Amino acid sequence: MANEKVDVLIIGSGASGAAVAWSLAETRMRILSLEQGDWVRSTDFPSNGRDWEARRAGGDFDILPNRRGRDTDYPVNDDNSIMKVANFNGVGGGTVIYTAHWPRLHPSDFKVKSLDGVADDWPIDYWALEKFYEENDRMMGVSGLAGDPGVPPRHPPMPPIPMGKTGTHYARAMNRLGWHWWPSDTSIATTDYEGRGKCINLGHCTPGCAQGAKASTDITYWPLALRAGNVELRTRARVREITTDEHGMASGAIYYDKDGKEQFQPAEMVIVACNGVGTPRLLLNSASGKFPNGLANSSGLVGRNLMMHPWPIVSGYVAETMDGGRGPITCLWSKEFYETDKARGFVRGYTLQFGRGTGPANQAMVGVSAGHLPWGKDHHKVYRELLDHRVNIGVACDDLPEEHNRVTLDPELKDSNGIPAPRIDYTIGENTRAMMEHGIARAEEILRAAGATRLYCSREVLNYPGHLLGTARMGRDPERSVVNEWGRSHDVKNLFIVDGSVFVTGGGVNPTSSIQAIALYIADQIKQRLANLFD
Amino acid sequence: MTETHLSASERQRLCDLAGLMIPAEPALGMPAASDPLILADIERSIGRDLPAVHEALKSYRPGQEINDWYAGAGVPGQTLGRLVLAAYYRDDRVLVALGHEARAPFPKGYVVEQGDWSLLAPVKQRTAFWRRDR
Repeated sequence: MANEKVDVLIIGSGASGAAVAWSLAETRMRILSLEQGDWVRSTDFPSNGRDWEARRAGGDFDILPNRRGRDTDYPVNDDNSIMKVANFNGVGGGTVIYTAHWPRLHPSDFKVKSLDGVADDWPIDYWALEKFYEENDRMMGVSGLAGDPGVPPRHPPMPPIPMGKTGTHYARAMNRLGWHWWPSDTSIATTDYEGRGKCINLGHCTPGCAQGAKASTDITYWPLALRAGNVELRTRARVREITTDEHGMASGAIYYDKDGKEQFQPAEMVIVACNGVGTPRLLLNSASGKFPNGLANSSGLVGRNLMMHPWPIVSGYVAETMDGGRGPITCLWSKEFYETDKARGFVRGYTLQFGRGTGPANQAMVGVSAGHLPWGKDHHKVYRELLDHRVNIGVACDDLPEEHNRVTLDPELKDSNGIPAPRIDYTIGENTRAMMEHGIARAEEILRAAGATRLYCSREVLNYPGHLLGTARMGRDPERSVVNEWGRSHDVKNLFIVDGSVFVTGGGVNPTSSIQAIALYIADQIKQRLANLFD
Repeated sequence: MTETHLSASERQRLCDLAGLMIPAEPALGMPAASDPLILADIERSIGRDLPAVHEALKSYRPGQEINDWYAGAGVPGQTLGRLVLAAYYRDDRVLVALGHEARAPFPKGYVVEQGDWSLLAPVKQRTAFWRRDR
């Protein structure tokens, strides 16, 4: 049976897809979102059970799809990448498993060519997004403290998460060094907020929040969007390709339903919201006679310029008892080294993110992995020196676009529906390497000032934040970009991209708040241009 | 009995290895990882890691120093190590001996103190230093 044509077909229900669905709902257009995964119930989250740490490390809530291996996941060949792909395939997407750390891009991130002579400027600036950042902060429910001298003004609707013992310890060290620090903005409710309970410090937020204090779009945007009455969300619907008509316009999408049956969903316009790996994979899988190199790919840039945020973590142990695995993961940030200082030997910069510890099992795993915790007779003695004494600082490096860092289709690997899987080729650039080393040295300096010993940082096994950016970049020049400055494909005039793949540069921050601000901005542009949207 | 597809000899080897990896420490009230309850939990957890566990168990030579074995056991050894640690550090007796509560995080949660907000005073004195773009 043929599916009824919709006005707007949104592929993906994560950070950006949900925001766009909610924003466009007021137009009264018929909107359908196709999602390959399921709804996740709060009772499914690991923190309901005693095995919560195991389910996060190599289990069904691991952040890496290749380790998680759910039937709703697709495999990724990332053998040729030092960074591994992290994501979540389900309603809410990556917001289900993210840390909820909530910085914004800085104004300078949008003008790296003008200011620093590298990469490209964005076709939009921070100020075009500012009101959407604010709107998104209210929708997701953000906690933080206004007045940070390191970032432009913002107005978090809830007070910040606690500094705790760990944050206080870092703060003293940072004050001794005279370096900037500030309590992190997080999309974690610190008061009851729009039907969500406040944070009760369950611990690591990445395997989902059973309390519902962490904002994921399945509990923020989606309930409101679906309540509008003209929005449908169809789960277990894995899209194979976007189809086009004889005029080169998008006509809908072919997907596999929950029974594995092929379906065609016609649509007046298509919005892609699958983020920096899923989106290029879909566009490349949508190649046709009219678009032999993939859809929207006349520039040849679909899949190129992948940015993944190299993110070394420097850890150590202090004599005092810290928060351990209790409370939101990241408590403070520092912008001391965010903006360019060419005397450092690189351009752009990084955010330092100050983490709490981990749970008992995870503490043992990281201790063994770092070579601090032996097996055998000394195990117990050493373990007691580590548990609840861990401090760690993440170096969130800006990642500049390089065309050889890319997503292509793997010639052999396929998902469970037989759809070609993505292959990742990614290396860390010279500028970013220099930035990483600078950041590692500063983090070590801070940890020493905090009295930490047993300092450790791996350059080979990096943190994999799941920030997948840049593979369908925005710009005014159709030869140098995939979508225009308001998210519409240069090649296909009823095809929009709203996720992290439109980023021109990566910035040195977690990108979700910016992804959603951009999605709301593009939705607003669509609403303003409805009369001549496809001209 | 949980079906793990370990042979009797592999079970014995797992027991031996687990006991070497984390021996008992009676003075601290800590059982060994070869404790029957913990061992059963490890076995229950193997699941899709079974091939790696087979390989890890095969790679151990009796009498080998445990840290030497682990250093050369690669991904299979790391997989087995992860399973042992995950099961061990959720055992009630272990958690209580460590001064932790033996329970799931939800629904009770934990208390995290606010910390010393007065430390922000010098940071608040700084003038804005984010880079202007216009």
